[in-house]
Amino acid sequence: MSFETAGYQLAPVLPELVLAVGAMALLMLGAYRGQETTKTVTTLAVLLLIVVGVLEYMLPAGKHVTFGGSFIVDDFARFMKILALIGSAVTLVLSTEFLSDPSRRIFEYAILVLLSTLGMMVLISAGDLISLYLGLELMSLALYVVAASNRDNAKSTEAGLKYFVLGALSSGMLLYGSSLIYGFTGTVSFTGIAAAATISNVGLVFGLVFLLAGLCFKVSAVPFHMWTPDVYEGAPTPVTAFFASAPKVAALAVFTRVTLTAFPGIVSQWQQILVFVSIASMALGSFAAIGQSNIKRLMAYSSIGHMGFALVGLAAGTVEGAQGVLMYIVIYVAMTLGSFAIILAMKRNGQPVEQISDFAGLSRTNPLLAFMFAMLLFSLAGIPPLAGFFAKWYVFVAAIKANLFTLAVIGVLTSVVGAYYYLSIVKTMYFDEPAGQVDPVRVEVKTVLAVAGLFNILFALFAGPVVSVASAAAKSLF
Amino acid sequence: MTTWPILSVTTFLPLVGALIVYLSRGDDEASRRNSRWIALWTTLITFAVSVILVMRFDASNPDFQFVEKANWLATGITYHMGVDGISLPLVILTTAIMPFCIIASWKAITNRVREYMMAFLILETLMIGTFSALDLVLFYLFFEGGLIPMFLIIGVWGGPRRVYASFKFFLYTLLGSVLMLLAIMALYWNGGTTDIPTLMHTAVPRSLQTWAWLAFFASFAVKMPMWPVHTWLPDAHVEAPTAGSVVLAAIMLKMGGYGFLRFSLPMFPLASHDFAPLMFTLSVIAIIYTSLVALMQEDMKKLIAYSSVAHMGFVTMGIFAGTMQGVAGGVFQMISHGIVSGALFLCVGIVYDRMHTREIAAYGGLVNRMPLYALTFMVFTMANVGLPGTSGFVGEFMTLLGTFKVSIPTAFFATFGVILSACYALWLYRKVVFGALVKPSLASMKDLTFREGLTLFPLIALTILFGIYPKPVLDMSAASVQQLVNNYNTAVTAVKAAALLQ
Repeated sequence: MSFETAGYQLAPVLPELVLAVGAMALLMLGAYRGQETTKTVTTLAVLLLIVVGVLEYMLPAGKHVTFGGSFIVDDFARFMKILALIGSAVTLVLSTEFLSDPSRRIFEYAILVLLSTLGMMVLISAGDLISLYLGLELMSLALYVVAASNRDNAKSTEAGLKYFVLGALSSGMLLYGSSLIYGFTGTVSFTGIAAAATISNVGLVFGLVFLLAGLCFKVSAVPFHMWTPDVYEGAPTPVTAFFASAPKVAALAVFTRVTLTAFPGIVSQWQQILVFVSIASMALGSFAAIGQSNIKRLMAYSSIGHMGFALVGLAAGTVEGAQGVLMYIVIYVAMTLGSFAIILAMKRNGQPVEQISDFAGLSRTNPLLAFMFAMLLFSLAGIPPLAGFFAKWYVFVAAIKANLFTLAVIGVLTSVVGAYYYLSIVKTMYFDEPAGQVDPVRVEVKTVLAVAGLFNILFALFAGPVVSVASAAAKSLF
Repeated sequence: MTTWPILSVTTFLPLVGALIVYLSRGDDEASRRNSRWIALWTTLITFAVSVILVMRFDASNPDFQFVEKANWLATGITYHMGVDGISLPLVILTTAIMPFCIIASWKAITNRVREYMMAFLILETLMIGTFSALDLVLFYLFFEGGLIPMFLIIGVWGGPRRVYASFKFFLYTLLGSVLMLLAIMALYWNGGTTDIPTLMHTAVPRSLQTWAWLAFFASFAVKMPMWPVHTWLPDAHVEAPTAGSVVLAAIMLKMGGYGFLRFSLPMFPLASHDFAPLMFTLSVIAIIYTSLVALMQEDMKKLIAYSSVAHMGFVTMGIFAGTMQGVAGGVFQMISHGIVSGALFLCVGIVYDRMHTREIAAYGGLVNRMPLYALTFMVFTMANVGLPGTSGFVGEFMTLLGTFKVSIPTAFFATFGVILSACYALWLYRKVVFGALVKPSLASMKDLTFREGLTLFPLIALTILFGIYPKPVLDMSAASVQQLVNNYNTAVTAVKAAALLQ
C-alpha cells in the first residue's frame, strides 16, 4: 500500500504547499538581501497570494479528504479560502505606504502575513481538532507579531502584547475544551465526534463550551471581545484592516465547520450558546460604538456587532444558516476593506487622522471619498439597496426559518441602534462644516476603494451568482 | 403590445438623469444651471413616459399590467414589476409632482445644486419603484432605499434643526421597517416565494396573519404616519427644504397607505378584519387630535404637517372599512392629498423664499400686495378643508360614506375632522392673507413670479378638475379596488360562516 492510497494525497494541499514554499523563498530573499527588498518582497507576496488563489480555484471540484481525514477541501473551504486570500492580498496592497517609510522597512511584514494566511487556510480546511489547533496557532502567532510591527510606537507594542496574552489564554481554553471532547468521545476527527456525540453528556458539553469560547475569542464575539477595541486602535491601520478581514473569515469558517460537522447531534446545546453570544455581540456592538470618537475603535465595535449578525445565521444551524454566514462574510469583508481604505486615505499634511471629527465636511473637500464612505456606512447599517442589506437578509431569513424569532427581533432592533452611529459619521461628513483639506489619495488605496465601493453599491445587480455559489458552498457542509 | 419594458424605463429614467447630472462636473453658475435643466428635463420625460402607461392601461382589467419578470436572486425572489389600478395613480402622482419640486428649487437652492438634483432624481426612481415592485424584497429595497436620499435632503439643505429632524426621520422609519422585514421573511417561508401576486393567493395561517399584520403595521403606520407614531413628520416637514416637504407630503406618506392596500388587506384579510376597530380608533384619534394640535401651531409648515396626519386618518379609516366606497375613497384621498398638500407646501415655500420665516405671526395682509398668491392659496386651503367642488371633498366624503356602512360611531367622530380642518385652515388663511398689511417687512413683497405660477396653476386646475369630475382617477382604480374588496369580503365571510357552523 503506497503512501498515496492510504489517504495521504498531496494534490488537495497543493495551494498550501505553494504558499508555504513561496513564503520560505521570500524569507530567504529578504534575509540575504536585507531590508531594501521590502518592496519587492511585498509585491511578490501579493503575486504569490494571487497564484495560490488561482490554484485553489482550479482544484478539481467535489470533496477531497486527505491526511487521514484531518484536511478537507470542499466547496465551503474553497469559498472561504479564496475570500481569505483576497483579504490578505488587499491588505498587503493597502500596506504599501505604511512600509515605504524608511523607519518601517520591514520585509518580514509580508512574510508574516503570508504565514498567517497559510494558518488560515489550514484552519479553514481543518478536519480534526489537531489541525484546527495547528492552523489557529500559525495564524495567531503571526498576527501577534504583525500587531506590534510598528515597534517604536507604544500603542502598537501594547496592542501586540495585549493580543498575545489574551490570545494565549483563549488558545489554552480551546485546548482544554479539545482535550475534554477527545476524552469523552475518544476521537479528534470531526466525523468521529459527530458519530459519538449524539446525546449530550456533561463532560462533552463542558468541552464544547471551552472550544466555543476559544473560537469566540478569534471572531471577537462578546463576551470574549475585550481585546478588539484596543488592538484595532493600537495596531497600524493596514494591520487593523488585515485583522478585521482575513482572520475573521478563517475563524468564522472554522466556527461554522466545527459546530455543523462535529456537533450536529447536539444542536440544541450549542444553539443556545450561539444565540446568547450573537445577541450579546449585536447589542454591545451597537450600544458601545455610540460613544466612540476614534474611527478605528468605532470600527472595532462595529466588527463585534457584525460578528454577532453573522453568528445569527450559524445559530440557525441549517443549510440556509450556513449560506447566510457565507453571504455575510463576503459582504462584510468587502465593506470592511472599503472602510479601512477610506481610513487610510484620510491624511492631513502627511499625518493620518483617526478622529471622527476629522471627517467633518468631507463631502465638500473630497466629495467622491465622502460619497463612497457614506455608501459603505449605509451598507454597514444594512440599508437597501446596498450590499449590507443582503447580508442581513440571508442570516435573518435563516433565523426565521429556524423559529428563532426572539433572536431575529432583537437582532433587527440592535441594527437600528447601530444605524445611529453610522448615521452620525454621515452627518459629520455631510452636514458639518469642513475641518480642512485632505491629502490626495494614493492610487492603490483608490483602486481598493473603487472596487470595494462598487461591489457594495452595485451588489443588487450581481447578487444572483453570489447567492448560488454561497448556496453550493453551504450545501457541501451537510 | 408593449415591446419595450415601459415600466422599468419609467422607474430607472430618473436614475439615468442622476448619472448625467453627476457627469456634468463643475461648480460654477453655468454648471449649476445645467444640473437644474437636466433634472427638469429628466422629470418631464419621465412624466411623459408615464403618460404612455396611462394611455395603454386597461382600466377594466383588475390584474397587474405592464408586467416584467426577470431572474434576480435564486429561490423565489425575482425582479418583478407591474402596476394595477391602485398603484398606477400613485406612480403618475409621483412622476407628475417631481417636475414641480425641481422648479420650486430653482432659485431656493444655491448650494450644492448638483448633489441636490441627484438626490431628488434617485429618490424619484426609488419612489416609482416602491409603487411598481411586485416582489416583496424588491419592494423593500425601493421602500427603504428612499430613506438615504431623503435623509441627505433634510440634513444638508434643511433648516436650523435639520440634524435632529433627519435622524428622527431615518431612525423612526427604519425601526418600523425592520419589523416588516422579518414579516416578509416569515411570508417567504410560508409561501416559498416573495412574489406579491402569488402571495396574494397564498393562504396564511391565522396566527402568522396576526403577527405579520402587526409587523407590516409597524412600518406603514410610521410611514403614513398614524397617531401616535406621527411625531417625526412635523419635525421633518419643518426642517426639510420646500421640495423635500412636497415630496414627503405628496408621495412618501402615500407609501404607507399603499402598503396597507397592497399587503395588509389582501394578504392578511382576517387579521385586517380583527384589527379594523384598532385602525378606526387610531384614525379617529388622528383626525380629531392632530386637528386640534394643528390649531395651536405657530409655524405654517407644522400646521400643514399636522393637517396631513389628520387627512391620512381618513385614508386609513376608508381602507379598513373594507367597502368599495371606503377603499376607492382612500385611493382618491391619497391622490387628492398628494396634490393639495404638495401645493400648500409650495405656497409656504413661496413666502418663505421672500421672508425666510415660517412664523404665522410674521405675516398678515398679504392679499394687499399679492392678490394672485392669495387666490391660489385660497383654492388649496378650501381643498384642504374639503369644500365641495374641490378634490379634497370627494375623498373625505367617500371614505366617510364607506365607513358609515361599517361603523357609524367612527364615521360620526371622523366627521368632526371636517369641521376642525375648516377651523385651522381658515384661521391660517385669515392670519396670513387677510387683514391690514401693517408689518413693514411685508411692504415690499412681490406677487407670484412666472416660475412660481408655473408650479401652482396646473395644481389648481387638477384640484378643481378632480373636485368636479373625479371619474378619471376613480375609473382607473375601480376594477382593482373591486377585486380587492371582493377577495377581502370573501375571506372574512368564509371564516365567519365556518365559525357559525361549529
